[in-house]
Amino acid sequence: MSNNFRTTNSNGLINKDKKINFTFNGTIYHGYEGDTLASALIANGVHLVGRSFKYHRPRGFLGVGVEEPNAMVQLHDGNKSEPNIIATEVELVEGLKAKSQNCWPSVQFDIGEINNVLNRFFPAGFYYKTFMWPKSFWMKIYEPFIRKAAGMGKAPLLPDPDRYEHNYEHCDVLVVGSGPSGLASALAAAKNGARVILAEDKPNFGGSLLTDEVTIGNMSGKEWASDTISQLKSMPNVILKKRSQVFGYYDHNMTVMIERVSDHIENPSKYTPRQRLHYIRAGEVIVSTGSIERPISFGNNDRPGIVLASAAKEYMKVYETLVGKKPIIFTNNDTAYSTALEFIKNDIEPIIVDTRDSSNGELVKEVQQKGISIKFNSGIADTKGHLKINSAIIGKLDSSKESFISEETVECDCICMSGGWTPTVHLSSQAGNKLKFNDDIDAFVPDKKRQKETAIGAANGSFTLNQSLAEGFQVGFDLSNKFTDQNNPTNSPNSNEPSYEKHEKLWCMPLPSGKKPKRFIDFQNDVAVSDVELAIREGFRSIEHVKRYTTLGMAGDQGKTSNLNGLQYVSKIEKKIVPEVGHTTFRPPYTPVTIGAIVGREVGNHYLPTRKSPIHTWHEENNAVFVAAGLWQRPRYYPRGSEDMNSAVNREAANVRKNVGICDVTTLGKIDIKGPDAPEFLNRVYTNAWLKLPIGKARYGVMLREDGMVFDDGTTSRLSENHFHMTTTTAQAANVLSHLEYYLQVVWPDLDVNVLSTTEQWSGIAVAGPKSRDLLSKLFPDVDMSNEGLPFMGLVDSSIDGIKARIYRISFSGELAYEVNVESNYGLYMWKKIMEVGQSFDIQPYGTEALSTLRIEMGHVAGAELDGRTIPFDVGLNSMVSQKKDFIGKRSLSKDAFTESDRQTIVGLVPLDKKTKIPEGSHIIEDNSAVAPIPKLGHVSSSCWSVEYNNPFSIAIIKDGKNKIGKNLYAVSPLKDISIPVEVVSSHYVDPEGSRVRS
Amino acid sequence: MLEIKCPYCGKRSQNEFSYGGDATIKRPQLGEEISTEDWDNFVYYRDNPRGKHSELWHHVSGCRQWFKVSRDTATHEIFDTCKMNEDFNV
Repeated sequence: MSNNFRTTNSNGLINKDKKINFTFNGTIYHGYEGDTLASALIANGVHLVGRSFKYHRPRGFLGVGVEEPNAMVQLHDGNKSEPNIIATEVELVEGLKAKSQNCWPSVQFDIGEINNVLNRFFPAGFYYKTFMWPKSFWMKIYEPFIRKAAGMGKAPLLPDPDRYEHNYEHCDVLVVGSGPSGLASALAAAKNGARVILAEDKPNFGGSLLTDEVTIGNMSGKEWASDTISQLKSMPNVILKKRSQVFGYYDHNMTVMIERVSDHIENPSKYTPRQRLHYIRAGEVIVSTGSIERPISFGNNDRPGIVLASAAKEYMKVYETLVGKKPIIFTNNDTAYSTALEFIKNDIEPIIVDTRDSSNGELVKEVQQKGISIKFNSGIADTKGHLKINSAIIGKLDSSKESFISEETVECDCICMSGGWTPTVHLSSQAGNKLKFNDDIDAFVPDKKRQKETAIGAANGSFTLNQSLAEGFQVGFDLSNKFTDQNNPTNSPNSNEPSYEKHEKLWCMPLPSGKKPKRFIDFQNDVAVSDVELAIREGFRSIEHVKRYTTLGMAGDQGKTSNLNGLQYVSKIEKKIVPEVGHTTFRPPYTPVTIGAIVGREVGNHYLPTRKSPIHTWHEENNAVFVAAGLWQRPRYYPRGSEDMNSAVNREAANVRKNVGICDVTTLGKIDIKGPDAPEFLNRVYTNAWLKLPIGKARYGVMLREDGMVFDDGTTSRLSENHFHMTTTTAQAANVLSHLEYYLQVVWPDLDVNVLSTTEQWSGIAVAGPKSRDLLSKLFPDVDMSNEGLPFMGLVDSSIDGIKARIYRISFSGELAYEVNVESNYGLYMWKKIMEVGQSFDIQPYGTEALSTLRIEMGHVAGAELDGRTIPFDVGLNSMVSQKKDFIGKRSLSKDAFTESDRQTIVGLVPLDKKTKIPEGSHIIEDNSAVAPIPKLGHVSSSCWSVEYNNPFSIAIIKDGKNKIGKNLYAVSPLKDISIPVEVVSSHYVDPEGSRVRS
Repeated sequence: MLEIKCPYCGKRSQNEFSYGGDATIKRPQLGEEISTEDWDNFVYYRDNPRGKHSELWHHVSGCRQWFKVSRDTATHEIFDTCKMNEDFNV
């Protein structure tokens, strides 16, 4: 029984000496090295692989490669589980586990098949019609039910353990597909000196040359392919990639290719990526993607065992596997006869059904010479066999070919069908190529290109070998000539292949007499001829609408086998020619791509860079809890013992108010500004005056956007006549630099100023609290720290232990405070030094939470207030706005809406019970008992526990705030279902006169 | 992903750059008396042409220079790029 469906020859590409065990739906089978999951299953007589999307009909393999619409399986289990994998693309590897999808309890007996019996309730568009009423049922009842019944595999719930990598490549010529034309063009381009990448989806190069009986020069096609690959391999200017699918064509000749690096390896190294995503920027792209065979629509044409003729041939020739032993070949053209001949070689006599009246093609004659009779002018009307086909009803067509005149039942175990060939134009179309319809082959081919892309060979509708090779060599040479000056053309060798007669324009069989079996067009999306008829009957005319209504050609499959048959049928009903019907859009990806590959290595800690201050290790050693501030990791608080966050934060903030605290402010943005026009530039950038800032002094500045909204704030100090040191908020550091560069380079290039980020050159340490002066006096005995020696907003340079330090007297906490700046490498040293000296002053480190508490109590604005929707007036910064000079954004401030007297302004809020914390983001309303919609006065921007008053305190921005001080309002949070009565107070809750900072 | 030729560094992928809007907008002079309408035109109003568009890009993960790009908004074709003090050749 095992491997009963193997051929006796060994001309294929599998290695029968190496057995590989695998499991499908719990049963252990074996195949051989070189098999795909599909070929190994077929060799074991397994055709039933899954259930269809909508009707849960039993389905088997239709194809042999990417075109496969049915055989999607779930691979592996646990965290390696992967749904919707096309079994024809999976190389067999020891221990592989696969199972069927979309079936329950098993693929043999599937409850969902009731849908097939009830199919008259599931016509095209049934979602839109059936489930519209009652509306409330959609989310809770219909949608979950449909999700469960329809659909495909299951997404794994665990993180993907595999490694994926990204790679960027540049080349002169990218050749997609290694059939005869692809090999020819790659060889010609490479011999002419161009840098070439040749990509092949399959594990073997050669494309149709691996299965077609042809000769090139004095070699067989297969030998020529292998010889050409050897030549290419030896050339340093060529990269050969197999198992690599170019799935997307984007702007400026950027293509994306997925390479299956180790899926086929039993125990890959831990560091070998599973798959690699290549971004290839190619000078020219040659699309030699070949063509895909078309199915034919006939009654029950989806039963397991019904395959494409080309697939049957490839299974025999490459995988030494028989899709069946009692085959019927059903065709409208000559190419399927090569499949018939392959069966005959394996001592199997096929029944041949041909829709045409006759054919004098070479292969047809060869078959006839072998004594096989051909049923011309015939078609398959219907098939039988529940889980596997067991017989077909063959009908004699009448002269119009619109009905059968007689029918007979014939036993069979497979049908190999061929409706001719469709060029694979997906990539060209993605590149923006306007396709044209080619009447000779009844298919669309690339025409007017928008990018540097050229289709050749079968992808270009050139179906003969001679044409394909000639185009390949010519185009490969011509395009490579753009990049080299070697001018070294390669001649196309002579080739021989059988001649073919024309196909018949017939892709849909009439119904058998007295029956209405489903005749499928799109197997993956379960779209039958009757669905297309219904869509048109219901008035859908545009092919894009027919596509959406029926789902024809959608999803992972992108209409690879169904597109043209759908269009042909629409054109037949509409009595239009196909080009008038048009075609739908081909979208990337051409084949499904694992999300992990798209994400690449940017997972976990690699998701974003992590920025750490030079003092980071100290924070870690001292039990800091960190918080992300942009890319930075900042200490949030330093819990002691069993302290929770609130107690730690209160302790840290209170200690600043009482003794002295130390805080790592290295993350603040710092920009060095130099040049004779630097004062003038700052004067234009900031809202306040800068021309007269004395050397050795810092000043607080506010900058706006041109629309008048506050952009950023910070202190900037003058180090010398033309040299300034600007600080920005941590969050806006990068944006402020770009902003300054914009004005210097684009708007005022006449200003002689240079700006440079020095954020990472300086380490900043804030020392804040009433004891900070005594501490720093002890640490820097040479510096006069008195109010006269170093006044508020002053700065002084000093050093200890040979380390230069710049000491600013600035304060964010509202207390007497300093900021010590040293070169980054000495940040940790200085921090430890301050801690050491600070012990006798009861110093404690404080994190960002205490930092916020301190600034909120003081009414200092920060990011939550400067949210891009506030002008200086709104946040109490009107005194910062110069009336005497112009600056960025000033004109906006005099616009009507910005001068209204009842604009939103910043206020403080205290809960009346002095206990309930007000959640940030709460709405402020006047009347708690009003009926919705209640007018909103504003919102709470920042909240803290005031360590000064020992009750909650918040900053809010509310309409006409300055006239609401003293009033009682409500802070409400409908999400948390709370309403807190609050009193409006000044936003400067602690030390409103600002005496402490100057003390 | 577009490929943009920085006039200082050469061709680089789009992910090194950030977009900076219409390059033809001129900021009013400092201190200039200007109507609200004209100011609003400067701050807010932009044409949204289909076709050739002169725009600013910033080589933010590179040389940090702002420069001009002439690009087709429908096809993404880039006709030319130049420094701020230069004019397009095409």
